[in-house]
Amino acid sequence: MTELTYLEAISDALRIALREDERVLLLGEDIGAFGGAFKVTAGMQEEFGADRVIDTPISEEAMIGGAVGAAIVGMRPVCEMQFADFVACGFDQLVNVAGKLHWRSGLAAPIVVRLPSGGGVSGGPYHSQNPEAWFMHAPGLKVFAPSSAQDAKGLLLEAIADPNPVVFLEHKYLYRRVRGEVPEGAYRTPQRANTVRDGDDLVVIAYGAMVHAAVAAAQQIEEASVRVLDLRTLVPLDERAILDAVRDCAKVVVVDEANYTCAPGAQVASLIAQYGYGDLDGPVVRVATPDAPIPFAPVLERAALPGIERIRDACRELLAY
Amino acid sequence: MLTHRAIEERGLSLYKQGKVPGSFYDGRGQEATCVGAAFALGPDDPVCPLIRDLGAHLVKGTPPSAVLGHYLGRAGGVGRGRDGNVHMGDAQRGVVGMVSMLPDMMAVAVGMAWAFKLRGESRCTLSLFGDGATSVGDWHEAMNLAGLQRVPAIFVLEHNGYAYSTPSSRQFVVDPLQRAAVYGIRGVAVDGNDVEAVFEVTREARERALAGEGPTLIAAYTMRMHGHGAHDDASYVPPELFEHWAARDPIERQRERLRGLGVDVESIEAQVRAEVDAASREALAMAEPPPAGELEDVFCEGEPRTVGRGAAPWSRFSAT
Repeated sequence: MTELTYLEAISDALRIALREDERVLLLGEDIGAFGGAFKVTAGMQEEFGADRVIDTPISEEAMIGGAVGAAIVGMRPVCEMQFADFVACGFDQLVNVAGKLHWRSGLAAPIVVRLPSGGGVSGGPYHSQNPEAWFMHAPGLKVFAPSSAQDAKGLLLEAIADPNPVVFLEHKYLYRRVRGEVPEGAYRTPQRANTVRDGDDLVVIAYGAMVHAAVAAAQQIEEASVRVLDLRTLVPLDERAILDAVRDCAKVVVVDEANYTCAPGAQVASLIAQYGYGDLDGPVVRVATPDAPIPFAPVLERAALPGIERIRDACRELLAY
Repeated sequence: MLTHRAIEERGLSLYKQGKVPGSFYDGRGQEATCVGAAFALGPDDPVCPLIRDLGAHLVKGTPPSAVLGHYLGRAGGVGRGRDGNVHMGDAQRGVVGMVSMLPDMMAVAVGMAWAFKLRGESRCTLSLFGDGATSVGDWHEAMNLAGLQRVPAIFVLEHNGYAYSTPSSRQFVVDPLQRAAVYGIRGVAVDGNDVEAVFEVTREARERALAGEGPTLIAAYTMRMHGHGAHDDASYVPPELFEHWAARDPIERQRERLRGLGVDVESIEAQVRAEVDAASREALAMAEPPPAGELEDVFCEGEPRTVGRGAAPWSRFSAT
């Protein structure tokens, strides 16, 4: 075990994948000599060469489409979107080409598209988005969203090994703020949810940065025992773990940093409404970012994103139900 | 070319009989471009055909019965009923099927070629598209990336005059060949209705690609002799334009050329007719796809399959 930041854990996974699998290629804008906008790939071009850590032109469609092409002839490309927001520019290749490829042709596109996502850093409306729901809605794509350094490394190695296209949401607010003990060498984190805090009066279901907000909120609620379930992967969605948590706790708060309508939490809530209804002792409560763009000014951004207080208040209100 | 046309004529007739769901799309008049280009490929060179390129599938070895079964939406068709009309690709024969968004497969072809270059393999890719597709951002991104990385890719622009109903005069001001030059890509114009000329320029483009000299854009001038699909009567095309191109029919031209060489064209035609008759019977007898299992194959489990080797009946005339 070694203590790494969330960002270092991602870099560690990429370095291991490059070292252990000659099929792995990194593609991205400014990822080479510059090491990427967030320095995730710092030093990798020097270590692995410009043929494996490749600076691309500003061409998200060609990058993702090119990755699909390389993948169907045996490579394992990992693309970096400079910010998650820019994946909109490569949306068509991801949704229409990569996602449907296996179903329609029997070929598969084992590519990973890394999305530095999320708010909290005054990125404004084009550098703060949480686009996970766009891809959950597109058949054939997997969507991973780790919350800890250990999971960031293990899920990235799992994503690279997966034969399907994986959208990998790495939360940029966590890059240097979250640290943790990370096993050395290669390991793969399963595509299943993880209980990060035990409790049986209420469960908060979250993913990515909101897991940390949920844990902090739970710690402030001394009068009750609050569980936190970290989904870790949104596709596949660990339905069993969600329904088990609802059965154990009977009260549930679902948290998204994504915009409210049709966010991953909406799918979780719908699952519970249909299959966990009999276990509920109160309404399924959702906390999410309102359906507005993410603002720039810190005071406005704090008001928009679901923080510790909103989650705590939602939990208290539901506990009193 | 004969098989391409005969299958599409049969497909259109099955469509008119109400047996082909959706609409029907063909490449009448453009057979020489896709056939000539695909003939220049080696067995390990993947092709990304587009809507008018049935011939490329056939050259790679896709059986006519699988094509007709595909049109009919049958389990034994190339797309197993999951996709129809011209959206097909037998990946195990080196054909990567198109999507409706144009020209998405061009970026995929660049990616394949890029991988071949990085691995030092003597292979190239062929991507076909129409003049309308050159207006899309993906075309420019793929051209720029291909020129930048000097990947072994061959782009064949089927300049057939119309994108659905929009003539190329309303599509762009600067000719795609001139645009190729600004991306550092060699451009070549060819008579798209002369199968041997198309073969020759593609063969040369392949030779250059394998020699590390980068991609080529071949502009094959041809004409779409039908509407965009069977639902489109192409009334927007001036009749004299159809007349002009009808006199340059690619099959008729090759027929004359072969007759001059003493080839018994009639017996080849009879053979093709018999083959398509048999394929049609076989396709009509294919089972409907089972409606259960909608989620089957959405995700890949286990080791993914990669693009396979296709037939390359004429590759001995190619460079390597």
